[in-house]
Amino acid sequence: MAHSRLSFTPDDRVNAFLTTCPEPEYGTGRLEGLAIAIKDNISTKGIRTTAGSRILEGYVPPYDAHVVSLLLAEGAAIAGKTNMDEFGMGTTTENSGYGPTLNPLDTGRVPGGSSGGSAAAVAAGMVRMALGSDTGGSIRCPAAFCGIVGLKPTYGRVSRYGLIAYANSLEQIGPMARTVGETSRLMQVIAGYDPRDSTSIEQPYCHTPDKNIQGRRIGVPEEFFGAGVDPAVAAKAWEAIEVLEKKGAEIVTCRMPGMAYALAAYYVTCMSEASSNLARFDGVRYGPAADTKKPWHEAFQERRGTSFGKEVRRRIMLGTFALSSGYYGKYYAKAQAARQQVKLDFIRLYKEVDVLAGPTMPTIAFRLGEKADPLSMYLSDILTVPANLAGVPAISVPCGTVDGMPVGLQIMGRHFEDEAVIDTAFAYEQAVV
Amino acid sequence: MVFERDVEHIAGLADIGIVKEELDEFTIQFNRILDYFDILDTVEGDCVYEQDRYNVLREDVISPSLSQEDALKNAGETEDGFFKAPRVM
Amino acid sequence: MNMENMTAVPIAGSRSEQSAGYISQAAGSPPHPEADETIIGLEVHCQLDTATKLFCACSTDYRSDGPNTHTCPVCLGLPGALPKINRKAVEFALRVAKALNCEVLLESVFSRKNYFYPDLDKAFQISQYDKPLAVGGYLVIEGDKGEKMVRITRVHMEEDPGRLVHKGGVDRARYSLVDYNRAGIPLIEIVTEPDMRSPKEARRFLNKLRVTLEYLSVFDSDKEGSLRVDANISLQPEGWFDREKKSYKGRNRVEVKNISSYKGVEKALTFEITRQRNVIRKGHPIEQATRHFVETQGITTASRSKEEEQDYRYFPEPDLCPLRVSSWVEQIDLPELPDARRARFIGQYGCSPNHARTLTGDLKLADFYEKVAGNADPALSATWVADTLIGELNYRDLGIGSVTPSHIIELVNLVKSKTLTDKNAIDVIRAILDGILQKQPAETPSQVVKRLDLGATDSGIAPAAIADVIREQPQAVADYESGKKEAFMFLIGQVMKKTRGKADPAELNAMLRDALDGRGQ
Ligand SMILES: [Zn+2]
Repeated sequence: MAHSRLSFTPDDRVNAFLTTCPEPEYGTGRLEGLAIAIKDNISTKGIRTTAGSRILEGYVPPYDAHVVSLLLAEGAAIAGKTNMDEFGMGTTTENSGYGPTLNPLDTGRVPGGSSGGSAAAVAAGMVRMALGSDTGGSIRCPAAFCGIVGLKPTYGRVSRYGLIAYANSLEQIGPMARTVGETSRLMQVIAGYDPRDSTSIEQPYCHTPDKNIQGRRIGVPEEFFGAGVDPAVAAKAWEAIEVLEKKGAEIVTCRMPGMAYALAAYYVTCMSEASSNLARFDGVRYGPAADTKKPWHEAFQERRGTSFGKEVRRRIMLGTFALSSGYYGKYYAKAQAARQQVKLDFIRLYKEVDVLAGPTMPTIAFRLGEKADPLSMYLSDILTVPANLAGVPAISVPCGTVDGMPVGLQIMGRHFEDEAVIDTAFAYEQAVV
Repeated sequence: MVFERDVEHIAGLADIGIVKEELDEFTIQFNRILDYFDILDTVEGDCVYEQDRYNVLREDVISPSLSQEDALKNAGETEDGFFKAPRVM
Repeated sequence: MNMENMTAVPIAGSRSEQSAGYISQAAGSPPHPEADETIIGLEVHCQLDTATKLFCACSTDYRSDGPNTHTCPVCLGLPGALPKINRKAVEFALRVAKALNCEVLLESVFSRKNYFYPDLDKAFQISQYDKPLAVGGYLVIEGDKGEKMVRITRVHMEEDPGRLVHKGGVDRARYSLVDYNRAGIPLIEIVTEPDMRSPKEARRFLNKLRVTLEYLSVFDSDKEGSLRVDANISLQPEGWFDREKKSYKGRNRVEVKNISSYKGVEKALTFEITRQRNVIRKGHPIEQATRHFVETQGITTASRSKEEEQDYRYFPEPDLCPLRVSSWVEQIDLPELPDARRARFIGQYGCSPNHARTLTGDLKLADFYEKVAGNADPALSATWVADTLIGELNYRDLGIGSVTPSHIIELVNLVKSKTLTDKNAIDVIRAILDGILQKQPAETPSQVVKRLDLGATDSGIAPAAIADVIREQPQAVADYESGKKEAFMFLIGQVMKKTRGKADPAELNAMLRDALDGRGQ
């Protein structure tokens, strides 16, 4: 299938890539010869894949993730694997086991996370498109912080086969690019049914963005402009929503009461799932070897203790606690109930409006080291996690700057209406070019 | 409220290595995070998160497996086609 | 959903929801362990005989291949791989549920059972927990006091872990070797109520279950390691165990794990009864504990691992969707099950109840018998298959599969037509089976008869032999004529020697008597 080779030697001053492929092969198709960066938690056959963790140092998957097969089949060239917070656990890409990625727009700031490497690679012009993954905002946050476009598709629309699991019930692989058009183009290739993923749905994406949003009803939840959201950022998002109004959309303010416990529901769920997902890294089948001279539990604890970063161990412990005997009902079960409430909020709102809009992140990109306290970092995900809890599509599109740093406008849609989300973002993008 | 001994217990349950110096820091952080999670106590009703799909099944048809070589390729230690693992004592 | 009580598995919406109230050592329980009631419950794990594994498309036919040759990203637990449920495994499990008279739940859910062990590729086992496939059934067995019903608590599906190998023996190896070929093989777990009262009943339950599963074509007991059993056992003063409430008012129960054969169950439980009696006799309490059966030594040992007080942190497997298959049950046409077939064998073929039980006690044997009975005298066939053939097969450690029905059809017909005596027919079976053992080309009964010259005498040979004996043994003939009964026995022996067993003894008897008695007239 591969016919030609590309030369890919980026000037990667921001540590966007963990692995680069200097001469990737490419074939023919809709992405012919296009260099695409892949987040390092997406399995690539024959190319080192670590998910940003030391515990997967040297791991070379014997198989391609479904999305990677699709890219290759359309002639794309795999440019390399991008840096990320270890297993996706972070909002800054500072939690990588291989050093942080810097924001190309201000190297004193973080690029956002966890798909910070992918966002930085696109923002710095090293590649035109990249794949990220979004568990609680991991595509949209770095897109917002780096001033690019990033889409978290509807849950089930893109196969997760080959995506190293962090929180299975929440995450999706999605496209990142400089423009809505390119984001949509990448989405065309990666969406579609995969029989190997039980949560995959037969719902291909064959859409070309349409900027006509005449009559579209846009809901604006008050909570997205509430406490904790930087007023300057909120103002930028409002301006953008007003642009959409001028283009014929109808703006409806609304409420989303489930937001009160969305973040807690999100963190309990993702930590619980992660505590189980990450237990397989025992140094037997892959990753740095466990010490076979020691007893099993000792070797296992040592492998995990030395190779996992602090944030990963924190989440594994909290997730273990949330599932443990005596606490399951208080944490995991309650989080699922809260999650259902959030989902019902969306379903109720989508009876009145077509899409929901607000800022992607409460602030502009943090300075490096600014979010040292875990809880304060978690709190910055408040605006992105609802879409993951409900499984609805959500996009971040750049909408101006504050203090010279980009702000993202987030647009969320109904289940399987990724097209409406793309169109709304496209309408805004076209209006301000 | 969790104490250092609780964090040690959780670390044991999770079979995850922590060192003494981290214990204090983890304990403080856990308390802040768990306090935040208490908001879940305000969730009303016993509603459960609904899965809308069911009976997603595949047919019982064999596909080729990995070769033994590929299966073992990423292993730290192997012996006679087996993975080598520490013993459970 | 309440998962806080980990002692008993809560089952959502089931008939048997009441949890067991295990009360520790009651004070003053009488120290007469011989008179105590033995209370036994079983957890049986059987491999379902599908072509592929439960969650991936790897072949299940791994036993003759090298380690780690039947694995893929899914069953190796590689990062990023996703499970998908094998439809056939669900159908097989439903057949079992229906045959065991269970209620299939409207919705069942796969959950993760989290624990760290090197044979567990993902560090969790995908199993079913609070929403199993089916609950509340029963199986009728031959109990110590006649037929009895053993109640089934639940039937659920799960995946088999990999296999650990210890070089130089389990006691000496410094590390484990892991083979994931077995990882992901579909298992069905059948949990009974504590309804068995002796090790023998436990074995009978297992045998009945095995035959039932084989009749359902979902299980192959010939495959090594295809069945594993955990048993819980306690000795209770008579009347102290409440069957309805499953409550142990007397002593604690002990769980014996790691039993992997039918005979092993009886052995392990018998050992455990003796052990517990000794503890009780000494006036010590029985600790609620998990013990491991050591098959090679026939004993149980206390388990030291931390696995016993595990907190498995079950939660629904997010990579799989729930099952809603209760409506499928109506469409399942169960095959004829062992009890029905046994009754039919008695009615249709005139088998004795004992023969019918033996013949239907194994699917392949029953099928074999039916092929024979369709082409030879059914009652005579039953005798030859159930009494002679099985004994000769067992003696040589051969299975019924090593014999061709046509050979036994031919044999029974030869016996029926008196072409072959019973005694020589046995020799023919032995010759055929010995040939199979020595891997010689298969011989038909008539070929064996010819080769060994075992054919029954035609009417010509017997009279000639009789005439010869009468001529050669005048003294004996005279003795007979003078009324000595022993002389007849001597003469018949001489005749049989000459006919080399080929003549039917009864016929020969009559002919000799005729010849002797006719002389005087
Ligand atoms: Zn497999």
